[in-house]
Amino acid sequence: MTSSILEARGLSKGFRGFMAVQGVDFDIEQDSIHALIGPNGAGKTTCFNLLTKFLQPTAGTMRFEGQDITALAPADIARRGMVRSFQISAVFGHMTALENVRIALARARGGNFDFWRGEKILNQYNDQAQALLVDVGLDDHADTQAALLSYGRKRALEIATTLALDPRLLLLDEPTAGMTEADVERIVALIRKIRKGRTILMVEHNLSVVSGLSDRITVLARGRVLAAGDYATVSRDPAVIEAYLGSDHSGVDHV
Amino acid sequence: MSESALPKAPPRELIWGFTGAQSVAFALMLTTLVVAPFVAYPVFLMQVMCFAIFAMGANLLMGYTGLLSLGQAAYYGMGAYVGGYAVQTLHLTPEAGIALGTLTGAAIGAVFGWLAIRRQTIYFAMITLALAQFVNFFAVQDTGFTGGENGMQNIPRGRVAGMFSLHSDLHLYVFALVVFLIAFLFVHRVVHSPFGQVVKAIRENENRAISLGYKPAQYKWIVFTIAAGLAGLAGALNALVTHIVTLTDVGNATSGIVVLMVLVGGIGTIYGPLIGAAIIIAMQYYLASFSDWVTVIQGVIFIACVLLFRRGIIGELAAKLKLAL
Ligand SMILES: Nc1ncnc2c1ncn2[C@@H]1O[C@H](COP(=O)(O)OP(=O)(O)OP(=O)(O)O)[C@@H](O)[C@H]1O
Ligand SMILES: [Mg+2]
Repeated sequence: MTSSILEARGLSKGFRGFMAVQGVDFDIEQDSIHALIGPNGAGKTTCFNLLTKFLQPTAGTMRFEGQDITALAPADIARRGMVRSFQISAVFGHMTALENVRIALARARGGNFDFWRGEKILNQYNDQAQALLVDVGLDDHADTQAALLSYGRKRALEIATTLALDPRLLLLDEPTAGMTEADVERIVALIRKIRKGRTILMVEHNLSVVSGLSDRITVLARGRVLAAGDYATVSRDPAVIEAYLGSDHSGVDHV
Repeated sequence: MSESALPKAPPRELIWGFTGAQSVAFALMLTTLVVAPFVAYPVFLMQVMCFAIFAMGANLLMGYTGLLSLGQAAYYGMGAYVGGYAVQTLHLTPEAGIALGTLTGAAIGAVFGWLAIRRQTIYFAMITLALAQFVNFFAVQDTGFTGGENGMQNIPRGRVAGMFSLHSDLHLYVFALVVFLIAFLFVHRVVHSPFGQVVKAIRENENRAISLGYKPAQYKWIVFTIAAGLAGLAGALNALVTHIVTLTDVGNATSGIVVLMVLVGGIGTIYGPLIGAAIIIAMQYYLASFSDWVTVIQGVIFIACVLLFRRGIIGELAAKLKLAL
């Protein structure tokens, strides 16, 4: 447990009495890929919102790299190196793909409060931004307005933007949802490429992606942890099979 | 994917953050403003420029940041009172007067903005309105500073640097034009600065901006302060132009008018505030004989604008020409 980059204890969130997340414990090991899976409405996105402080937990504590982050503001969590993506594609629509990545790289300048300076000063990040776009296969789309990109490319742009902050812990909420098979393969390859020196926590419905990528899996159902372990352990767990398939015991692989 | 059929590249910058079309529009604007005092009433033109400065600040809030303030007259009016007081009672130069007016607007804006930005949308608008009521209440009291119902009268225009008299309308026009151009280029610079990029990102997707480590409240606060500073500048300049400051200048109607100017001219456009100011001030001048009906006519125009050109005059023009203006 000493190598945990992120630990959560007793994480809970109630929405007017309805407990969306209840007493969830996490231990995300350094440099691992950890998948968070579970049926719709299980509370996965809510967990992401709690871990990144977009929601204030009703109860529970969180530690990132050994430090208590329970009381931090979401922007401060990002500044510490724990950066999330969103389930619903989040790009800056009226900015070009390059500008999207650049605004993340520009965090290195601090707050960018200099309203008296020309924006040309941001051109110093163009090469770095372009390199990140190449990494996600968007090199031909640097000057395209983000809103005009296809769905798969928007997701790729989001990953490039997230990577621009060089986070030590990435939280990806359904990075391959709604993608074509070719796009899914590209994202999987990308995640493999970027994982060096990083920890990744991802919510993912595509079980072949989960089994192929993740070192550990936490299964969530109705706001509680149902099972945790590697893919083999979790996929044989009767409670998991039950949650996914009701009473039909034919195994997770057939979902 | 059919996306290759769509326009790919954004408009390229030609000079100093201006696109080609914007540079042409700038040359047109400059020519018009230089020629105009010889064919139109200079005081009218100067009031248009004052309100254009005021509206450019409001547009930074409304158009570029997505915040609707219903209390901008508080900063405009206080800028006017302080500017007027500085030249009339303290015998300061006109440039010092407008500088103090600007600082006054910005200082009050910094405090009020700090209180208001914690709220979103309509709650934000209501707080700005409520805070402006305080200023209004203060101005109504005849403290000897604002002059209460009588307002501040016979404000002199003074001499720039203590030397060049602004007494004649044409001399003041040159001064006002220079101030307007500085304000115009300043606003353009703010929009096209690293700060402006972050503000744009926040308006596009606030949560995404937060997840990248930006704190939206800080940017909104700075924009609010800048907008209030521009309002104070506009108010102080108008005090020199008209020689008076009245309760109208801090009133809710003035807050409403500046919002109207932004909407009529084109929200989120660079040239919209000037066009909006020109149209609304022209209406006030030429419809003055209808006295009370001016507000009704303005209301009708506003409704027509909202129904017919949602994007305002410049916004519709830009959309038609497929240009950024
Ligand atoms: N802001 C909110 N207010 C009220 N209820 C909410 C809110 N956010 C989430 N919920 C509820 O909490 C539960 C968990 O939602 P959550 O979005 O975390 O699920 P999820 O596991 O991410 O599901 P999916 O796979 O569909 O994305 C759902 O029942 C949802 O309706
Ligand atoms: Mg979800």
